[in-house]
Amino acid sequence: MVQYSESGLDASFAALSDATRRAVLEQLGRADASITELAGKFHMTLTGMKKHVGVLEQAGLVMTEKVGRVRTCKLGPRRLQEETAWLERYRQLWEARFDELDTVVEELKRKEKVDGRKKRE
Amino acid sequence: MDAKRESEPTPMKNPTATQRKTDRELVVTRTFNGPARIVFEAWTKPEIFKRWWVPKSTGMSLLTCEMDVRVGGTYRLVFRHDAFPEPMAFFGRYIEVTPHSRLVWTNEEDEGGEQVTTVTFEEKGGKTLLVVHDLYPSKEALDAAIASGSTGGFSEQFEQLDELLVTLGASVGP
Repeated sequence: MVQYSESGLDASFAALSDATRRAVLEQLGRADASITELAGKFHMTLTGMKKHVGVLEQAGLVMTEKVGRVRTCKLGPRRLQEETAWLERYRQLWEARFDELDTVVEELKRKEKVDGRKKRE
Repeated sequence: MDAKRESEPTPMKNPTATQRKTDRELVVTRTFNGPARIVFEAWTKPEIFKRWWVPKSTGMSLLTCEMDVRVGGTYRLVFRHDAFPEPMAFFGRYIEVTPHSRLVWTNEEDEGGEQVTTVTFEEKGGKTLLVVHDLYPSKEALDAAIASGSTGGFSEQFEQLDELLVTLGASVGP
């Protein structure tokens, strides 16, 4: 894996190129899990799962934290960036809608003014 | 009328804010320069609603827009996107309709459970603060919405990545 350490993006690509590691990410998206739990779920040895988690961790896709004898894994900062990017696209959709709505509101305001004038006449 | 509107200076746009409030909630806020009764009207009259709900920049067009805005009434919106052969339908029912202040409806197109949208209209000094609140049935449902809404979808990205890696592997392979 040494050749991938130069750039974070390469590390991500390499980490995601493996089906098991993608499945681990999906699993962690549902709930945090210990390495032992992950190994059990994917029918792997503890050592094998540790290697996969290590690759994901290097890529910033997973974070691990050791409490006592248990190492807990959760989604890492890179995954959070993805959520931030999605939220920004979501915001842009609403912004585009609301810009159109501004035009509609202005039009309805003008119409209300005209109608109000007509009633008084 | 249109010519006049174009010649008027564009007023400063009010900012739109979005936030993932909790595991299951998304919130959008925006202020409009008009009274709540007008903004509410734009959300509840289909002929007005369809003028702004699907901006052109989305690449989508609204084929049908049926809205029976009253408690227990249903709605059905059908969209077409350039990238998809089949139109997409969004539907549900209104569970609360309080004129000029509150609108609540369900989104029932996803099989994973009902998502509830609450829109509140709060008028202050002739302006209206609008809050759109989306409550998903579970954290998983919101995560899935985020994942599938990522550029082209998560799994699609992975597939492209797989292809890319195969190509790279082939070109640098022994």
